[in-house]
Amino acid sequence: MSQPQPLSSAQTTALVLLRLLVGWHFLYEGVIKLYTPSWTAKGYLLSATYMESLFHWLGSDSMISIVDTLNVATLIFVGAALVLGFRTKLASILGIGLLLLYFFAHPPFPGHPQGATEGSYWIVNKNLIEAVALLVVYLFPTSLTFGLERLFHKKEIQTQSH
Amino acid sequence: MSTDKKLFSGFTRRDWLKSLAGLPILGSVWAAGLDTTKKSKLEKELLLERLNIKASPPPPSGSMAGDPVRVGLIGFGIRGEQLMRALGFATQEWMEAMAKSSQENPNDTRLEDFKAQENLNVKLTGICDIFDVRAENALRSFNTPDNPCKRYNSYLDLIHSGDVDAVIIAAPDHWHAPMAQAAVEAGVHVYVEKPMTHTISETYLLRDAVRRNPGTVLAVGHQHRQTLSFLTAQDAIAKNTLGHVSLVVTNTNRNDDNGAWQYPIHPDANTETIDWNAFLGNAPYEPFNKEHFFRWRKWWAYGSGLSGDLLTHDYDRINCVLNMGIPKYVTASGGIYTHRDGRNVPDVMQVNMDFPDFSTGSSQESGKEQGMTLVYSATLGNQFDRGTVLMGHDASMELGNILTIYADPRSTQYKDMIQEGRIDPSVPIYQYDPSADGVDAVTSATAKYFANKGLLWTYRDGKRVDSTFLHIREWLSCIRNGGNPSCGINEGFEEAITAHMAGLSYKIGRRIEWDAENEQVIALPGEDLDAILLDNSVNYQS
Repeated sequence: MSQPQPLSSAQTTALVLLRLLVGWHFLYEGVIKLYTPSWTAKGYLLSATYMESLFHWLGSDSMISIVDTLNVATLIFVGAALVLGFRTKLASILGIGLLLLYFFAHPPFPGHPQGATEGSYWIVNKNLIEAVALLVVYLFPTSLTFGLERLFHKKEIQTQSH
Repeated sequence: MSTDKKLFSGFTRRDWLKSLAGLPILGSVWAAGLDTTKKSKLEKELLLERLNIKASPPPPSGSMAGDPVRVGLIGFGIRGEQLMRALGFATQEWMEAMAKSSQENPNDTRLEDFKAQENLNVKLTGICDIFDVRAENALRSFNTPDNPCKRYNSYLDLIHSGDVDAVIIAAPDHWHAPMAQAAVEAGVHVYVEKPMTHTISETYLLRDAVRRNPGTVLAVGHQHRQTLSFLTAQDAIAKNTLGHVSLVVTNTNRNDDNGAWQYPIHPDANTETIDWNAFLGNAPYEPFNKEHFFRWRKWWAYGSGLSGDLLTHDYDRINCVLNMGIPKYVTASGGIYTHRDGRNVPDVMQVNMDFPDFSTGSSQESGKEQGMTLVYSATLGNQFDRGTVLMGHDASMELGNILTIYADPRSTQYKDMIQEGRIDPSVPIYQYDPSADGVDAVTSATAKYFANKGLLWTYRDGKRVDSTFLHIREWLSCIRNGGNPSCGINEGFEEAITAHMAGLSYKIGRRIEWDAENEQVIALPGEDLDAILLDNSVNYQS
């Protein structure tokens, strides 16, 4: 295998920007939900139009409070990690998982009821695109260039050189 | 410490910036989210405080302890079966059908809900049905060693048997009052289906009978009185949230044969199995006719059409919130437009009920606003859901399982808040979903979307709330513990008179007037209103 070409600084900047913006979005969603105690995913889950048995179970009375808490916690963790540039690989994977859950509960598949959406979608919607954006973030880590991990990385180099 | 310092000695300002620049972003996003939720919460609280509507479900009815109440049933037809299930008695056939249905569809919890229903501590001691198949069907399921149940061939035998404390009447409309009156006179408590009576004169007679026998409890079967949001609606009206309500619209929309009273005719029905004369009672003579027996709601001789059958529910629901009583004027029109099958009651009907002296309150100068019209609009040829709306100068209230209030863009009392942008007339200012955690103001479009689909519905104590069950329970509680049923003789009187005025206006084609002082429906000289109401010969298809 040939050595991959190093990224140009413009390419790196674009990747950092992508990571920051997705993180920003996750973080804000998480914070809003955290401070809105009446918020619940129950309606979203119970009205699922695909893989209903899974989503109805997640939305059931015995599960919903755990599901709501986990959802808010994951949103905030993913958001903070991507913004700060710390454990971004783990955050990307978790974020992709969350987005796919949102996607499959109400997928824009032909013949599936669309409910309340703000645009027109066929098979692909913004949840899916954001999940793929996170795949890019996962595959092209940038936190050594921009993020908290730069601190530890430098520290390692310093330590090794001594 | 000194080593640590050394560790970062190679760090430039640029390195630090690139490492830590995420922190201020994190802080800003977090602060923005906190600020937004705080602000919207404050706005909501301000609005809710200003509206000050007390959200409460109706109080539960009293204890079912003590000796079992001995109940008799008159009429084991479609409604009779439903009432028996609410009372705690389901036929074997129904249980088997439901068990099968829940196996095929796990979401069908009707059997489970029935089994989980509270025991009302009653004995079903007597059944009267003049169709052998139904009477035997009831006995087969309900006559058990634990619950000995006897069949009576006549309702009078059942009432006077000494074996019943109370009767449930689910016979055709023209039998409601005669049966209820006989029971009340005999000191037997009555739960009678709507409409309470079939004629104007019966309405007075039954009221007199109940007044003479204050110890007997009579309840009319308007189970909508148990709707969880109605106390909240009453409080919203009392707090003048809507301002002066000038118009209330209610409606019925059905589009299937069953909804148009085209019920199945039993194959075993014949002169041997049906006591035809007992069915006819005071109705005009008619040779044995299976269709009349099973589909009696289609003829004025036995039923009362949309005005008695369905208007009564909507009228009573509004009367329960507004307590506006009998309308001064009733004007009705309509026809048989979607089921031209020989029936003589209309299947499309519009009824305007005018209350010129009534007011829910006002936010404008005194004397400017007074009077209200209640419109009932029905078709049996379309099932588009139009909802019930109370329309006031300041706000509109959508009354269903969920109660929603929208400010009116031209409201006087909300004018300032609308101008300041704190109230958006297209977003509810108040929403009460009895199943959710309580009250909400300024709900988002999606939350409303889910709520309206009924998805956020939870059941009280994990059980589905069946309003008929609650209504029967309330009646039994009044029998056991005293008190008045929410839909008793006075409410039934208002419901029946209003329904009869609507039927009369439809048949005569004239505005019908109520003389409140003398408690009389005004008739023209020589006019026999009851005879017109009962006239079964009129065929509006001609």
